Amino acid sequence: MLRLFLAGLAILLSCVMATAEDGAIQPLLQEHREVIAKSSRKTIAPAIDAIAGSGLPQAQRVLETWAAKAMWMRKSDGHFFAGEKLDSKTYQLTDFDSGEVVGTFAKKELKQLKPNSGIRAMIGTALVQFQLLDADIAKRQAALTSIQRDPEAALLAPLRASIEAEPDAGLKAQKQRLERLLTIGYDADTAARVAAIKEMSGDLGVDVRATLNPLVATTRDVAPGTVPDGVNVAATLVPGKDGFPQVEAYDLLVAKGFAPARVTLDDMRLGLAAHIEGATVGGVPVAQLNTDENRARAYAALAEAGKVAPLVTSADVQAALAAHVFYDTYAEPSAQVAEAAEAALEDIALKVGMNQTLDLTLDALSLASIYFLAAIGLAITFGVMGVINMAHGEFIMMGAYTGYVVQQIIPDHTASIIVAIPLAFAVTFAAGVAMERLVIRWLYARPLETLLATFGISIALQQLAKNIFGTQARPLTAPGWLDGALVMNDVVSISYIRIAIFILALIFLGVFLFIMKRTRLGLETRAVTQNPRMAASMGINPGRVNMLTFGLGSGIAGIAGVAIGLFAKVTSELGSDYIVQSFMTVVVGGVGNIWGTLAGAAMIGFLQKGIEWLNPSNTLAAQTYMIVFIIIFIQFRPRGIIALKGRAAGD
Amino acid sequence: MQRSFIAKNPSVLIFLACLALFTLMVTVLSEGFGVGMISTSFVKTLGKTLCLCLIAVAMDLIWGFAGILSLGHFAFFGLGGYMIGMWLMYERTRLIVVDSLSQAEIPPTGAEVVDAIGNQIFGVVGSSEFPVIWAFADSLFLQLVLVVLVPGVLALVFGWLAFRSRVTGVYLSILTQAMTLALALYLFQNDSGLRGNNGLSGLQNLPGVEASQDVVSLWFLWASALALGLGYLLAAWVVSGKFGSVIRGIRDNEARVRFIGYSVETYKLMIFTLTACIAAIAGALYYPQAGIINPAEIAPIASIYLAVWVAIGGRGRLYGAVIGAAFVSLLSTWFTGGQAPDIPLGFYTIKWVDWWLVLLGMSFVAVTLFAPKGMGGLVDLWTQRRAPNRHGADLGPDDGALREQEARK
Amino acid sequence: MNFLKSTLAGSVVFATLAGAAMAAEDTIKVGVLHSLSGTMAISETTLKDTMLMLIDQQNAKGGLLGKQLEAVVVDPASDWPLFAEKARELLTVHEVDVIFGNWTSVSRKSVLPVIEELNGLLFYPVQYEGEESSKNVFYTGAAPNQQAIPATDYFLEELGVEKFALLGTDYVYPRTTNNILESYLKGKGIADSDIFVNYTPFGHSDWSKIVADVVALGADGKKVGVISTINGDANIGFYKELAAAGVSADDIPVVAFSVGEEELAGLDTSNLVGHLAAWNYFQSADSDVNASFVETWKATMGEERVTNDPMEAHYIGFNMWVNAATEAGSTEVDAVRAKMYGQEYPNLTGGTAVMLPNHHLAKPVLIGEIQEDGQFDIISQTTEVPGDAWTDYLPESAVLVSDWKDLGCGMYNTETKSCVQTLSNY
Repeated sequence: MLRLFLAGLAILLSCVMATAEDGAIQPLLQEHREVIAKSSRKTIAPAIDAIAGSGLPQAQRVLETWAAKAMWMRKSDGHFFAGEKLDSKTYQLTDFDSGEVVGTFAKKELKQLKPNSGIRAMIGTALVQFQLLDADIAKRQAALTSIQRDPEAALLAPLRASIEAEPDAGLKAQKQRLERLLTIGYDADTAARVAAIKEMSGDLGVDVRATLNPLVATTRDVAPGTVPDGVNVAATLVPGKDGFPQVEAYDLLVAKGFAPARVTLDDMRLGLAAHIEGATVGGVPVAQLNTDENRARAYAALAEAGKVAPLVTSADVQAALAAHVFYDTYAEPSAQVAEAAEAALEDIALKVGMNQTLDLTLDALSLASIYFLAAIGLAITFGVMGVINMAHGEFIMMGAYTGYVVQQIIPDHTASIIVAIPLAFAVTFAAGVAMERLVIRWLYARPLETLLATFGISIALQQLAKNIFGTQARPLTAPGWLDGALVMNDVVSISYIRIAIFILALIFLGVFLFIMKRTRLGLETRAVTQNPRMAASMGINPGRVNMLTFGLGSGIAGIAGVAIGLFAKVTSELGSDYIVQSFMTVVVGGVGNIWGTLAGAAMIGFLQKGIEWLNPSNTLAAQTYMIVFIIIFIQFRPRGIIALKGRAAGD
Repeated sequence: MQRSFIAKNPSVLIFLACLALFTLMVTVLSEGFGVGMISTSFVKTLGKTLCLCLIAVAMDLIWGFAGILSLGHFAFFGLGGYMIGMWLMYERTRLIVVDSLSQAEIPPTGAEVVDAIGNQIFGVVGSSEFPVIWAFADSLFLQLVLVVLVPGVLALVFGWLAFRSRVTGVYLSILTQAMTLALALYLFQNDSGLRGNNGLSGLQNLPGVEASQDVVSLWFLWASALALGLGYLLAAWVVSGKFGSVIRGIRDNEARVRFIGYSVETYKLMIFTLTACIAAIAGALYYPQAGIINPAEIAPIASIYLAVWVAIGGRGRLYGAVIGAAFVSLLSTWFTGGQAPDIPLGFYTIKWVDWWLVLLGMSFVAVTLFAPKGMGGLVDLWTQRRAPNRHGADLGPDDGALREQEARK
Repeated sequence: MNFLKSTLAGSVVFATLAGAAMAAEDTIKVGVLHSLSGTMAISETTLKDTMLMLIDQQNAKGGLLGKQLEAVVVDPASDWPLFAEKARELLTVHEVDVIFGNWTSVSRKSVLPVIEELNGLLFYPVQYEGEESSKNVFYTGAAPNQQAIPATDYFLEELGVEKFALLGTDYVYPRTTNNILESYLKGKGIADSDIFVNYTPFGHSDWSKIVADVVALGADGKKVGVISTINGDANIGFYKELAAAGVSADDIPVVAFSVGEEELAGLDTSNLVGHLAAWNYFQSADSDVNASFVETWKATMGEERVTNDPMEAHYIGFNMWVNAATEAGSTEVDAVRAKMYGQEYPNLTGGTAVMLPNHHLAKPVLIGEIQEDGQFDIISQTTEVPGDAWTDYLPESAVLVSDWKDLGCGMYNTETKSCVQTLSNY
């Protein structure tokens, strides 16, 4: 009790003393009130520096409150406080200096300070000095993140000082790594920098490249005669060689003011227009100036008379180019450092290239698994049964909407997905069975008409979904444990949801194989597909088997819908986005063979990613050329990659 | 060859008479030349419908007679539209540019005019240079040739590849669908040089023509009616002769026709290319009436709708295709236009804007299941032509086929 | 539940329409040309509902010029040629006095010739790429200098972005906007190699490679920012992938020009907090008029519905039209147009919108950060920026101005001092 009292007294005393020393931060804030209230990154620096450099104990709290958008200004007197929301209209303010509640205020009387992320980053940098040795590990982590975002020379010393005392092993490693990076960028000692570069060479991190690349960044420059002293020259260039065309070289001369600009056709026209005398320009009638030759003639006459800038001839260009030297310079003054950085980057480049290929492969695999998942139901209905089901995409959509509806009822994301998957299967299974009974079984002899009838069902279902769920996209949120990505390094990463889809695709491959090869239904299905009459005479009921098989294919489409909805979006058009690709997958792979479908999906996925890689600025082109390729491919292998042979191949 | 072509095909004469009567009536009732009972927007709708009927005839030729379910004929339709659109757009812009540049102090050079046109046409999609494919856009004659040539060559190459490797049935359907999807995606790109998603617009304003749209819409109606009439005549003539017998044979049993010694691939290729050209001409007449063409027009769904029209109208008879296209597309306009009265059910109001597609989809299923002969089947009831009773056995590849009646001719 | 609501709302609309139809003798017809089916229905249906709500409100206030307003709703079904057909139908068959409609640029280009030929009046409510000025269209959405340029300035100045990824859907608005931005950025000293451009198809869903490309841009030590003109539901996949890749708004900020409250309703925003959007309006704007607007909207359409920027544009456009018609004493197009210039109406965000002689509005530009609840936290608000029909950042259009009031020309070349054309070239 006594100790508690004493402690309280001590705190009180220190408070009193602080005030006695005039340690209030409010006056400081008031001094910078305008820039703080203006909240612009361009003008805010003095305010942040003043607060951080004030040496006051409240400074850290002020900065943290500010960055968290919890600092409020009282409109009546312009004072700043930490605000806490009581309800939507009233806020409780706390004074920074006394730590006491000032009172509650209506929102109208206050102005919230909303630093944008640029300012927040500056505040973060200012906070580093306080947070590096903070007891709270989260704050130390925040400090490191701030350094990472905006590395500065001034941060090197405090960072170094904090490494020894760091208790957490993980953070310590991070700090050491950051220290190396800052050393490369900012250490005064060239040898230390080169050593650090050597140490970090071969590291895949984006931050390493981000540190090294500015060191080797070059600017192109030109000088009359010889290269001036004191610049760190990366290379001298000869115009017309080394991918440095003469036109570019001359433009550089013009830009630097070493040579007169060329007279463009536009300049010529304006020059002529400015010197019309009566009906002629430079002796040429205006009406004849509708060809380039006549204009050039008129312009030459004007230039001779000294009325316009003379034309720059190619001889002029050559002379100007010969009189100057062109070179690239490093921004980094030390040649040693630049050289070491070049070498390190070269090391890294190869590794990055390999990892990028790996990443692309993963992307392609992921895309292939999505196509496979979308197409596997079709592999059953179209591949095995030979039924063209244009409403297959709508079954996918129904599955996705089932997932959405379940999530509305069961808010827990994990539980809702566990419920949604079997339910989606059940719903689309039922829909598939109904469709088979009511429509498709009457049309087995007429495949083209099945195509059209199911298309009718497809547009009806799509519109029905719009009428029920509206046209807005609906959220289908993945459970928390599927958030984020599996990060191997800064280049290779793949999101968990894609991994989940990949695994799901594998599972369905297994399920399909099991059902077809190991169960009675599979056996009967294969029998009915090959010869319905014979199968019927063996005691199989073809109607029932067809119904169940179709239901199975549709049900799998429903589950695919849940997966696709998780990774993309749930709209009524979800299905139609996948239908053509799904058919392609099955046809390219080879009808009637699940391995073919797998091969088809893999080919389409890899092909698309490959084309995207060749032309990264236009994803649409990748899709176009992929389809063109498939069309051509089918011309040469009409039966797909894995073609059925013998009797099973049918007609 | 004893009986004349018309005598063998009395339906052609009836059809042409109906078409002429229809055109005359519309003209008399129009705003441009008549009493103004039919609004110009409806005249345009009717004109466009005639073009759709023409492509439906083409579709019927390839599907109803040759048994090839092409889900890509709107690609040819669209290409035809693009070809004529290029000239319309170029010429109209040229007139504006020449007019505008003539006010400048110095007369423009040819290159400047072309640059300015390019700037006007492509400025909106963020470039200003003329792509190579616009090389002939300044000549109406060449572009008109291209209307037929470009889709024709595409059909020829695609068909040659596909038929040569014996892609048939649903595979061919999916392949044609892929072709039109690829073309649509290609045109969607800005780099294709046809203004990407925006497409070519303002096509209803004919360059150098001062007449009001009330009149222009009628010109196009007449042109469309003429094209439909000629197209119908051509199609009827093609299917009435030996060529028609062969392609029907291919439809009903391709292998047998091949064994008899006909070059099945050549016949298929000819009919495929011919219908592509007819579709292109229909498109070239359609889009100046619609006013704008863009890649969404040739999305796969459009071609599927085309098949739907023909199926509802009745395959294997040319007038069926025309009836189907006209009926469904006009009905669709009526329902989506908000003119159809809502049906209040007490607990729910059926708004046709929302439910029309559901109705269309379901009625389509119903037609396929219960009336494979489509609306054209109604004519049979009247002419007492009935499919023979086969005691449950399938007659041909589909119930819509009329092999026996055709064989009798 | 949605089904039931739309049923109820539908019957209400039907009842009002039926009521209006009975009094059809003495009504002023207002055309509503928004897609109610097809791909664009997702965005445009909301605007149709907004118009019906505004018209109802106006009728409750006593209508216009002593007459009741009657909405004529047609459905162009996201089919661009159908827009032209329906516009002609509205103007010649239904004889509407004004049309509120369109969303995509291509649909606007499709109706332009019809509107100009028949001298109609169209209010276009969506942010667009500019480079157009029609005598018969009032553009109440943002021109590039009212959205894209201020947002880019914000990136350059406030966030210190040095390297730009311009991601867009492949159609005319992103193409032109990115073109303007590229030219603008180069003017600001950003090198060609520091601008990465990518176009994706509508509804694109496979974003992993593109997001990886953007992350890789950071390898040369410059701060990377993404300017997104990705349209519609493709955004959902994009943001999901962004969140999965752990791209924080503090490392690589994304500013979107086509993502509003409506689009965010389709996804979980907890991983997107801090990413940005630039608009002229956010639902979170703090003003009394906005509070009551949002309240009426939610009361009409349901609690979970949100308001967005094009809705405000219709709100301003509709009220300006009502005021102009009242001043003119008629709904005749030319009379109304003459009174539109200089017409002022309070924004929902506070301040006043002014109709300029180039048929664009002067409106403030807002930049908001995405919050966990799917709303935007407004962190920057400029004063009113006058909309510019022809951008100053492309050489061909820098010399052009639009002034329908004094010059009577929408495409006036200031260099040659002549009017290039009075009708649009679409």
